Amino acid sequence: MYMAYTVEAKGIGKTFGHRHVLDRVDLAIEQGTVLALLGPNGAGKTTLVRILATLVRPDTGSAAVAGHDLLADPVAVRRSISLTGQFAAVDEVLTGRENLEMMARLLRVPRPAIDLTVADLLARFGLADAADRRAGTYSGGMKRRLDLAISMITTPALIFLDEPTTGLDPRSREQLWSTVRQLAAEGVTVLLTTQYLEEADLLADTIAMLDGGRIVARGTADELKSALSGEVLRLHFPDPELLRQASAVVAATHVAAAHVDERLGLLDVSTDGSAAGVRDLLGRLESAGTPAAKVSIHRPSLDDVFLSLTQKEPVQ
Amino acid sequence: MSIAPATFDSRVMIGRCLRRSRRDPEAFFTALMLPVILMLLFVYVFGGDMRTGGSYVDYVVPGLIVLCAAFGAGTTAVAVATDMSNGILDRFRSMPITGSSILVGHVVASLARNMIATALVVAVALGIGWRPTASPLDWVAAGAMVVLFVTALSWFAAVIGLLVRSAEAATSATFLLMFAPYVSPAFVPARTMPAVLRAFAEHQPFTPVIETMRGLWMGRTSTGASLSHEAILAIAYCLIILVASAVAASRLFVRRTAG
Repeated sequence: MYMAYTVEAKGIGKTFGHRHVLDRVDLAIEQGTVLALLGPNGAGKTTLVRILATLVRPDTGSAAVAGHDLLADPVAVRRSISLTGQFAAVDEVLTGRENLEMMARLLRVPRPAIDLTVADLLARFGLADAADRRAGTYSGGMKRRLDLAISMITTPALIFLDEPTTGLDPRSREQLWSTVRQLAAEGVTVLLTTQYLEEADLLADTIAMLDGGRIVARGTADELKSALSGEVLRLHFPDPELLRQASAVVAATHVAAAHVDERLGLLDVSTDGSAAGVRDLLGRLESAGTPAAKVSIHRPSLDDVFLSLTQKEPVQ
Repeated sequence: MSIAPATFDSRVMIGRCLRRSRRDPEAFFTALMLPVILMLLFVYVFGGDMRTGGSYVDYVVPGLIVLCAAFGAGTTAVAVATDMSNGILDRFRSMPITGSSILVGHVVASLARNMIATALVVAVALGIGWRPTASPLDWVAAGAMVVLFVTALSWFAAVIGLLVRSAEAATSATFLLMFAPYVSPAFVPARTMPAVLRAFAEHQPFTPVIETMRGLWMGRTSTGASLSHEAILAIAYCLIILVASAVAASRLFVRRTAG
């Protein structure tokens, strides 16, 4: 059967006490793609993952995971998924090999096939040398890789990676990223949660931004960046007085939002990116006697998108 | 839910818990040394002036088995509490396996650890002059009593492990359990105690278990009650604790692991 979406969730809501953790969240993930769920701490990322992984029952809404109804047939859902939580889910007293063997048996891998499956996974995830050491002696990155190797025993339709690189050093993070790309290349659908914009930018086909229990934006990294009005024109003024005057000039044009960084002497102006618009702005500054010393144009980063979407209303 | 997959899952989990027990050399060593040290301590240090109507080693063996079981219950409670706070629990739960197999693994490993400790108590006792009068059938019955008692106590320990939030809390929660056998006819006959303690000692659940073993091995109880009276009481106590704890543990497990 052809299945376009591995996850189709509608109106997922969850309340703990008086706190609305998730508020009617809709989420669809296309088969074989990586979706990054991006959001600050407490946005509801983990709760959403735990709901879709059958660990928590939603208060409202419904979802199909790998074609199985989440509420009606959780056992079938569990057969199609693998969950890697925020803490490596490995038995630290057992060796890497024993962890894999135990999980393979629980997943009913036929006895004669277990040795081969385990050896193959240890090699693929760079753990062959450490196979017979206790997982407790592994580095953070190795534990994560063992965790992922366990997830791949029976190639699942969907893998949940809940903040997979939290607490990893940069090298381990790079290794993990390449592992995730490898999984995606094998056709596994990945739902990744992260607080790191860079990670979402690098790994995800689609990014969903979660804030306060709602999806506030969704699209590819490029789409999200272009949604934030084109390009940012960055003007550099070494003289603080000139910077203040220039920001007043820009403010008077009413054309675009400007951001002033007095410490670095920077004035960021959002523009539509057109040559005419940039020329016009630079001309105005020139004729006002406040020419910029240096000019650069850059696309807004995901950080800019994220901050503009998740900024809280000022407290009254 | 059918039985076959649950049995298979439990077997894997039992293997896991046994392996974990073996990998904890300190706890394992303590668990093995404790029966030996206690035996020598009670028989040679305290036992010289104990008036129990006969050789003290003949009196004390059931008490030491129960004391070691109470110590073992502490280990089990800690093991369960540790597992509950481990990330691996989420993985187990998101897999298509029987949840209760995780608890069964702990209980069976607990039973195995305790049977080793019991065997050690018996071996050392025989070595230093314990001479039970029991028939082979009595030995089998005494063995069955130990198995039933330890199983009940292991489930009870699992409940404690599920109730507390940390391994440290599990240790303190089982501390009381380790002292309960002292206020029983385990080491001295209850008739020598002050009235309040004596009333407790004669009626607490450990007592009929100890007296049943004593009756089977030595031919008479220390309370004066008949063996069959103590045995029925012991079996009833153990079954009640076993069933109540197993039900409570399963419920708590579901609640601890939900959301």
